[in-house]
Amino acid sequence: MTGPLHQGAIEPALAPAVQPLREPARGRTRRRRWSPARIGIYVFLLSAAAFFLLPLYAMIVTSLKPMDEIRRGGILALPQAWTLEPWRQAWSGVCTGAACEGIRGGFLNSVWITVPSTLLAIAIGAVNGYALSFWRPRGANILFGILLAGAFVPVQVMIYPLVRVMALAGIFGSLPAIVLVHLVFGMPVMTLLFRNYYAGVPHELFQAARIDGGGFWRIFLQVMLPMSLPILVVAAIMQVTGVWNDYILGLVFAGRDNLPMTVELNNVINTTTGTRQYNVDMAATILTALLPLALYFLSGRWFVRGIAAGAVKG
Amino acid sequence: MANVHLRDLNIRLGGKDIIRGLDLQVAPGEFLVLLGPSGCGKSTLLHSIAGLVEPASGAIEIGGRDMTDAEPSERGIGMVFQSYALYPTMTVEANMSFGLRIAGTPKDEIRRRVARAASMLQLDALLSRKPAQLSGGQRQRVAIGRALVREARVFLFDEPLSNLDAKLRAELRRELKLLHQALGSTMIYVTHDQVEAMTLASRIVVMDRGHIQQVGTPAEVYERPANRFVAGFLGAPPMAFIDGAIDAAGRLRAGAIELAPRAEGMGPAPGPVVLGVRPEHVAIGDGPLRAEVTLVEPMGNHQVVWLRTMGAGGNALGALVHDARVFAPGQQVAFGIDASRVSLFDPQDGRRL
Repeated sequence: MTGPLHQGAIEPALAPAVQPLREPARGRTRRRRWSPARIGIYVFLLSAAAFFLLPLYAMIVTSLKPMDEIRRGGILALPQAWTLEPWRQAWSGVCTGAACEGIRGGFLNSVWITVPSTLLAIAIGAVNGYALSFWRPRGANILFGILLAGAFVPVQVMIYPLVRVMALAGIFGSLPAIVLVHLVFGMPVMTLLFRNYYAGVPHELFQAARIDGGGFWRIFLQVMLPMSLPILVVAAIMQVTGVWNDYILGLVFAGRDNLPMTVELNNVINTTTGTRQYNVDMAATILTALLPLALYFLSGRWFVRGIAAGAVKG
Repeated sequence: MANVHLRDLNIRLGGKDIIRGLDLQVAPGEFLVLLGPSGCGKSTLLHSIAGLVEPASGAIEIGGRDMTDAEPSERGIGMVFQSYALYPTMTVEANMSFGLRIAGTPKDEIRRRVARAASMLQLDALLSRKPAQLSGGQRQRVAIGRALVREARVFLFDEPLSNLDAKLRAELRRELKLLHQALGSTMIYVTHDQVEAMTLASRIVVMDRGHIQQVGTPAEVYERPANRFVAGFLGAPPMAFIDGAIDAAGRLRAGAIELAPRAEGMGPAPGPVVLGVRPEHVAIGDGPLRAEVTLVEPMGNHQVVWLRTMGAGGNALGALVHDARVFAPGQQVAFGIDASRVSLFDPQDGRRL
């Protein structure tokens, strides 16, 4: 009987005691939402965003217009007669050199190049970083120094020697050749990423695994790799964007049957015969950029972290 | 249970001599504490016993077998690290059983051993948790459990309590001692905390700059420090050192302090000495000496009174007071020193006289 009565009596008694305390607290902590400085920041951010997004807007709008509308000018105007025909053309009809089958083939080639180049580079980079951080073989620092120095040599310098080496090995102009080249050029960054990540792992963890009887591969696969998810994602993003966006290596090493999408795109746009189809060019360009763009939007947080990992810890 | 025998051990790391010509015997079932300031080589020594650091020369015997070149996992040791070093992606159970699974121990046996260790360490309810979901004390229990499960012959502890807060540290310290009483295994424990060393050890090894300064029971090391370093390192508040000399009659004069010749046996030869006085051997209130109070530190169950002897070039020394007398800075007091308990050191090399 007394229980409910008590509760009823206490609650209203407490309420006024709490209320006046809250009021000034709320007033203190609330921030003014629209101060002049804040408005200035938004104006700057919005105009900067508009500046960088304008070309993309122009591309999308142009790719959705028929040619006669484009010839009339007004590059920023919305299409009057919307059409998806340029996109269909770009994907499966436009001429890339001799053949006129669109850049679909280039897309598939790029996938075939990117997937093994990414998986192998990450696998080797992770093992390298793990070995350098934990097992510290004799001369590890010298080895790592050489690897890093490699990252600073311009790719163009290496092209001719690499062409000779590939030709000697008999794989020049093939899928294995282009994957191998991407592996070689991706290795310094991949190794650096994993080495720095594992340098942040307490050495005692490795020692504990050693006492538990773990060997090189077991500690790597069962202890280190399961805790490497963040850096695996970062490495995948970096390698996929790097390989997908590559032009020069694909042009030189991939061979005629494996030309990546970037090379096909260039063939589409630089074709000198016939009239220039701006709408198809735009559609093909967007299609080529779509994968890195999507990757960026889906994993923006990781992407930034990857850039920071390279910048701060390098 | 196994003995550990280190013979003429030399360890070099990064071109520097960390341990030089070290000999040490650890008896089976002993709780040996390696005590010293950071950088004295105690952790390196422990790592070399574990096989994580390769000695430049010398031999390491565990259980009568030469293990100098053996893999860490072959040495029959379990190790507990300061940072817990738990596998972050594995559950408590998987953490404890990792070593056994690698060794290919039968599943039933693994379950039996994990259950036994878990019940000893009150981890039964936490077996399916990940390390991130545990508190610091629980994590260190899991790390101890991982060593227990291995049924190691020698347990190695590398400052296992240093990452815990004071209350938890005292709690886990008592648990470790109980664990040692229950298991009777050989334990080698590295710490820089003299309280841990005094409370846990059956023998303490005091180290400094890669050399063993003294080996002995906690009482021996505390009461009869082998040199000034050991005397100064053990004890809080620390021992006070006062330069003085012994005259031909055997009387000691150090500053304003005068002590009668030692009753028992032979005192040291006349000449300069350093007098070492522990605060508990200074009695305020009775005695022929006079001093001024400079500082009072109340500790709850006792107080530390800091004194400065009267006269020119007065010497500072601390005194423990266990009653409720009230002292104020500036107050003059009489005090006495228990002459039979003081330590005397050689002023040149710091050895005990």
